[in-house]
Amino acid sequence: MDRLVIGGRELKSRLFIGSGKFADESIIGDIVAQTGVEIVTVALRRVSLSGDGDNILRCIPKECVLLPNTSGARTAEEAIRIARLARAAGCGDWVKIEVISDNKYLLPDNNETIKATRVLAEEGFVVLPYMHPDLYAAKELERAGAAAVMPLGAPIGTNRGLKTKEIVRILIEECRVPVIVDAGIGKPSEAAEAMEMGAAACLVNTAIATAGNPLVMARAFSQAVEAGRLAYLAQPGETTEYARASSPLTGFLRS
Amino acid sequence: MHSFYEQIEAYEGFDFARFLEGVSLRQVDGVLNKDYLSPHDFLALLSPAAAERLEAMAQKAHRLTRQHFGRVIQLYTPIYLANYCVNRCVYCNFNHRNDIERRQLTTAEIEGEAEAIAATGLRQILLLTGEKPGKDALDYLINAVEIVRNHFTAVGIEVNPMDVAAYCRLAEAGVDSLTIYHETYDRAVYDRLHPAGPKKDYRWRLDAPERGCQAGFRAVNIGALLGLNHWPSEAFFTGLHASYLQNKYLGAEIGIAVPRIKAGPGAYQPESPVFDQDLVQILLAFRLFMPRAGISLSTREPAELRDHLLPLGITRMSAGSVTAVGGHIDENADDGQFRVSDERSVDAVREMLIAKGYQPVHQDWHRLA
Repeated sequence: MDRLVIGGRELKSRLFIGSGKFADESIIGDIVAQTGVEIVTVALRRVSLSGDGDNILRCIPKECVLLPNTSGARTAEEAIRIARLARAAGCGDWVKIEVISDNKYLLPDNNETIKATRVLAEEGFVVLPYMHPDLYAAKELERAGAAAVMPLGAPIGTNRGLKTKEIVRILIEECRVPVIVDAGIGKPSEAAEAMEMGAAACLVNTAIATAGNPLVMARAFSQAVEAGRLAYLAQPGETTEYARASSPLTGFLRS
Repeated sequence: MHSFYEQIEAYEGFDFARFLEGVSLRQVDGVLNKDYLSPHDFLALLSPAAAERLEAMAQKAHRLTRQHFGRVIQLYTPIYLANYCVNRCVYCNFNHRNDIERRQLTTAEIEGEAEAIAATGLRQILLLTGEKPGKDALDYLINAVEIVRNHFTAVGIEVNPMDVAAYCRLAEAGVDSLTIYHETYDRAVYDRLHPAGPKKDYRWRLDAPERGCQAGFRAVNIGALLGLNHWPSEAFFTGLHASYLQNKYLGAEIGIAVPRIKAGPGAYQPESPVFDQDLVQILLAFRLFMPRAGISLSTREPAELRDHLLPLGITRMSAGSVTAVGGHIDENADDGQFRVSDERSVDAVREMLIAKGYQPVHQDWHRLA
């Protein structure tokens, strides 16, 4: 049986969604209802902890795992403080570590991410670190207690697709924790490609939130992720350099 | 490179007019096909030839903005704390020699202004003052920051340039962002428009955003006061300045604003008017040159124009602005720094954003201290 278990929870949907770029956050409920998405990331910096005003937390269906992220953190220390703040505010034990000190390309800082992961995993958080794909860093994150690793497919928000494919493939082969492709995926076909390679899940925000019809795009991603996973499980046939005809023209030579 | 000043010096004698006139449509089309623009690509987008490609620029700017920022717009508003000023900027109503009623909000009045603004739902605030040198002025500002922190999740300042130590004290008190406009990058024009006062020191002001980055402000916003000088070169240096800061201080979010000068005291009229089409071209060129930079649009611009500019790269808008000291709690307050053109309430701006398919964001930051 094909199961994805993270932090002790079995997840049926392998599509995770971000919530940062929608015109109207209330659409998240419809996406969850129509696709079965179970994990929704939320930037804690956008959450009103005093409970007043518009609050995105109200838009996240209760059946979902709320995955607060540490967006805005520039150091491990800031990420740790944001994670603790999220837990104290009742956002649960799951946290996506984002440590970004580069505002030009928004690339994650693996060193600081490892430090934050180590501390938060020890404190009992289910830590999902967003990372620059690098085998040594991924293995270090595993040792630090990460529940999964989340390498980027391309720089965040670019919709450029699975540019880091070869390295992500290596992470999938070498990591013992689930590898969730996060950031950069722009089209359902790219999500399917990641899943065909053996990624455990994909996290998508920009490609859905900025689509002409976000709800339909979310459904497309959901189906693509599922199709990609099925293809992976089905073990695709090998690819070859030369054509293999069903009725070879030179077959008579062997008979 | 020790200061942006050295980059400006490198353009000493550069013939902007000749470069801009020499840009061809083919060259603009080539720039539009690039992912990353050089400074000269950026300058080409400020040329008359690029003005003929505004729609193509707009489509790309819109796409990039949506991709990087989504369908969200940050909302904020200013509080004018004081209009005492020792400077004599010829275009500004706070000019030291201007005969206006001077005042500085008391602690209770700051609290009152903050409460009134917070009641509109806004959670991001910008504090403004005129320039009043001395330790008292800094202590006053720090006190104001500590008061408004109780009502807002992000606090910005738009005040006179300070040294790194003073900026550090403000950051410690709770300031997240620094906004400082260089007014004009042309040294001769700058000198003429600032006849007296500490603001006359071009270099001290020019390096202030960099000192803000060094002090660790999370966000630093810059801009030129459009209309004071030939706009293509002003826009060019603004973009170059923003890029310089972004490359050198990766941890800071560098933002750009596009304030247009309005007629001021003594019937001051902009010497180099920036028409709506020029403003559009500037906005689009900024977005294509710096796809990840925040771009602010103030209530200096009229409501209808703001609505049209929205999809062209804007990520932050002020709303419910009052430029008079104490204007939120005192109906009789007047002598604001300039007349607001978009007089819509915060609610009305919010409704406009929603109607246009944007999410108004009131909070984008938590103080961790």
